This record gives sequence, structure tokens and C-alpha cells, in this order.
Amino acid sequence: MLNNPDQYLSEQVKSIPPSAIRRFFDLANEMKGEVISLSIGEPDFVTPWSIREAGIYSLEQGDTHYSPNQGYLELREAINEYMTRRFSLSYDPKTEILVTVGGSEAIDLTVRALINPGDEVIIVEPCFVAYKATVVLARGVPVIISTSADDKFKLKAEDLEAAITDKTKLLMIGYPNNPTGATMSKDELASIAAVLERHPHVLILSDELYSELSYEKEPHCSIATFPALYDRTIIVNGFSKAYAMTGWRIGYACGPAGLVSAMTKIHQYCIMSSPTTAQYAAIEALRNADKEIQEMNAEYNRRRRVIIHGCRQAGLTCFEPFGAFYAFPGIQELGIDSETFCERFLKEKKVAIVPGKAFGSCGEGYVRISYAASMDNIKEAIVRLTAFVKDIKDEENHKK
Amino acid sequence: MPDRYELLRLIEHNARLTQPELAVMLGTTEEAIAAELESLHNDDIILGYTTVVNWDKTKRESVTALIEVKLTPQRNQGFDKIAQHLYRYSQVTSCYLMSGGFDLMLIIEDSTLREVAAFISNKVAPIEGVVSTATHFILKKYKSNGVVFEDKPVDKREAVIL
Repeated sequence: MLNNPDQYLSEQVKSIPPSAIRRFFDLANEMKGEVISLSIGEPDFVTPWSIREAGIYSLEQGDTHYSPNQGYLELREAINEYMTRRFSLSYDPKTEILVTVGGSEAIDLTVRALINPGDEVIIVEPCFVAYKATVVLARGVPVIISTSADDKFKLKAEDLEAAITDKTKLLMIGYPNNPTGATMSKDELASIAAVLERHPHVLILSDELYSELSYEKEPHCSIATFPALYDRTIIVNGFSKAYAMTGWRIGYACGPAGLVSAMTKIHQYCIMSSPTTAQYAAIEALRNADKEIQEMNAEYNRRRRVIIHGCRQAGLTCFEPFGAFYAFPGIQELGIDSETFCERFLKEKKVAIVPGKAFGSCGEGYVRISYAASMDNIKEAIVRLTAFVKDIKDEENHKK
Repeated sequence: MPDRYELLRLIEHNARLTQPELAVMLGTTEEAIAAELESLHNDDIILGYTTVVNWDKTKRESVTALIEVKLTPQRNQGFDKIAQHLYRYSQVTSCYLMSGGFDLMLIIEDSTLREVAAFISNKVAPIEGVVSTATHFILKKYKSNGVVFEDKPVDKREAVIL
């Protein structure tokens, strides 16, 4: 056994803090199987059969070797067709698209390709936990902008302006958002774009993994559609959420050729290439699964309405999210912190939801409820949530 | 106004969804749901509500038979008169006019093997215009009315995923 392993570890690794919700994590893992899990940030749907079948067929055909480092050209062409068709953005499949091991790898590659020690990276919280950790690992300096329910967790132009310094290299945004479900319309992004146009040294990483899970009347708009920002933006997208392909580990990055080639350089040394089977399945997904995505979107949208209605009926304040598959209701009025709320809800009512503080300090006072779960489970969870909130309120009243 | 197609798909899959539940799921009012359902009933688009039952798990002895019936069409009436004659029997739960190698498909449910045999020989075959029949029995139902009959799937996902 290695004595005192910490002395050997890199400073970067040691500086990543342990999970803010370790206690809750451990308890939830112990109770797995006995509870209704609304704590899960991946679709409950299985990958549509036609996509799975394409992957299986490729294995039967013996397609088990490395793909090209950048990913199969056919897949990159399909990605470009998809981006053009869905979001009116086009990228050269030969030089401006990289196929990655999930959106997560694309985020990591972007940061590692760009960040020098001391470079500032603006991160908008509450957000996916990987952003800050990735920046710290690359010896960058995270600069946090906190958003709030009053603003529906949208990034405000004045907050961005105040956070930019001459050391700022990158802005990381993710809309539709995990954990809040917030979205930003074209007009709202325009005010952010205006700030960025005044600071041409800032690049943008736009995490659009949830772009197909948008329930607004207008379709999802990428910040890259603003002409002045197109050449400064890396879009990260993938298949995990839209096509329920989380376990396949397949995603992509689209952006200017100079940045994508740098990312490819890192990718080829670390990973060689993305999974071959997953790439064949992804081609099928992009070309022939529009109907399946629409059906999943419609089902998520129905569940979204039921969850928001249920949270509000239960007595929690909850802004209406129009993206992803999360509700982010506030629990401040109940007088207990988010981790205690979730632990007690788990133990007393056997429902798992995630404390908001897991996603940033401004997430304290909120809880993340995932509706990637069956309608029956959602309805039952709402019944238990209503009872639990009543219990907490009764306890508060007795104290007074 | 709720989307008619979405509403129909939802209640076709689960007829027990209440109007308040449907209103929330479709982002509309209970009044709009009630009005749309009434209109669907009046237009004979919704004709009834059923339950999907796995009879194999009950102790009842029954089979489901699919019967292909070849006909010669009747003067001035085509196949309609014979179809009507046949579907009036209560054990005929479905009756379809088909393209391909035969004309009518009948589905007989909740009968024993003997009862099906007797029905074919005594009631179907002797009808004027019936040329021949071919009877098939369902051995196992994998999926029916959109419902998979095998054991319920288990959630294999991890407990917490951020």
C-alpha cells in the first residue's frame, strides 16, 4: 500500500474540491432500488431501436477497428447537415468538426486547447459540475457569475460585462441548462453577444447538449448564429440527451478550423479516436431518427408541465423552465438547507432529488428534480413531495 | 386548444387519464379538454375505451384465433353484408376487410379451441359466399395494443447522475 499518496498527486488534482454533496451521494447509492429516482441526469428512454440496430449491424459487419482520429467523414458530414437543418449553422466537415467521446470530452478538449495557467474562464452557475473542474485541471482560473431565479437563471449582460478582464480567455455557457432547465432566446442572447462583441479577446464555449430538449415556441438558437461570434465559438453537442445515447459516449465539437485542429491534436494523443460502433449508430441517428426525437421531446414536455404544476401545488416556488429535463424549485422559505432537505426527503419519503448546491454556491436554496422518469413515478413523487413540504412547514410552525 | 392527435395518442395508450391530468400534461384548461373530448365523441372518432388484459395470467381457459375468410362478393353489396353477418357474433371481437390473399380477417377471443372449431364449421363456413377459411391460433402474445407483455423493465441507471 502506498504511504501518503497525496504527496505524489499533482497540485491541480488536489485542488479540485470533493463533491459538495458527498453525504447525499453515499446515502442515495445505499438506497438505490428502494426509491423513486428523480436525481438522474440522463434519459430514462433507451436508445431507439433503429439506432441500436445500426450499431449492432456495424459490429456484425466487422467494423471494430479505429476510426479516423477526427471521426468518420460520413458522420461529420451528417453532423454538418444536421446543424444546418436544425440550427441554420454550417461547418466544414473536413476541418471544423471533431467527433468526441461524449460532450464531456469536447468540453475538456476545448479548455485544454485554449487555457494557459492563469487564464480566466467565466463560468455561469448553477451549472454542470464538470466546467469548473475542467478549468482547474487546466490551471485556469474560474470566474463565477451567479444567476438567480428572479432572472430565470439567464445570464445578464451587465454581469458578464463586469466579469470580463483582460485575462479572460473563455466564456462557458450552457443553454438549455443543467440543472435549472433555463433557456435563452435569440433576443436574450443578442444582449450577451453585444457585450462579447465589445471584448473580441473572449472566446465562447457553448454547451448545447440539451438543444433538442427545448419546449419554447421558437426553436433553440445558438450563440454562434451571431455573425461576429461565429468564429470565436466552439459549440459542444452530442447524442446523449436527444437520442438517449449516454452510454455510447459520443459527441462532437464544431468551431473554427484553427481551434478544432488543436483539439484534434490532443484528442488523437489521449483517446486516438471515438468509439467506432457509436459513430455508426450516430450516423443513423442524425439521418433517420427525427421522429423519435420529436416523440421523446413531446413526452418530456408533458412531464415538465406535470412536474412544475406539482411543485407549485406542493407549495414550492418554481420558475417555469423551458429546456432540458430539470425543474429547479426553491426551498428557501422552508428554513432548511438543500442537502438536509434532500437527505430527509430521501430517508422519509424514499424519493431522490439533488441538492442545488451541487451545481454551485448560488444553487443553495434550490433542489434539482429530474423528470427523466416515467409519468407514474413523477406523479407518485409529487404526492410524496406535497406531503413532505407540509411536514416541514408544520415543523417550522411548531418551532415558532 | 389541445393538439387533437397528441390527445388521442395519450388516451389511446392510457384511457384512465383524467381531464385535469390531461389539461396539465397538454398545457391547456380542463374546459378545452372536455370540449375536445366531446367533439371527438360526437364525430365518432372516439368509439370506446378498453383495458389491455393478459389473459394468459388468469386461470381462464381461452384462446385467440385469427381467421382468414375468402369470399365471393355478393351482388350489389360487395363484402359488407357478409362482414356484418359475421361481426354480429359477440365472440368476433375484430373484423377487417383485407388486401392480399384473402378478404376478411376475423379475430375470435375468449373461446375454447372447441368453440372456435364449432364456430367456423357451423357459423362461418356454411355462409353463402364463403369460399374458404384458414384458422390460426395465437400461441403467445409478446405485445398487444401497444403494451409489451413481458416482465416490466428495470431501471438500470446509477442512483445519482449530475
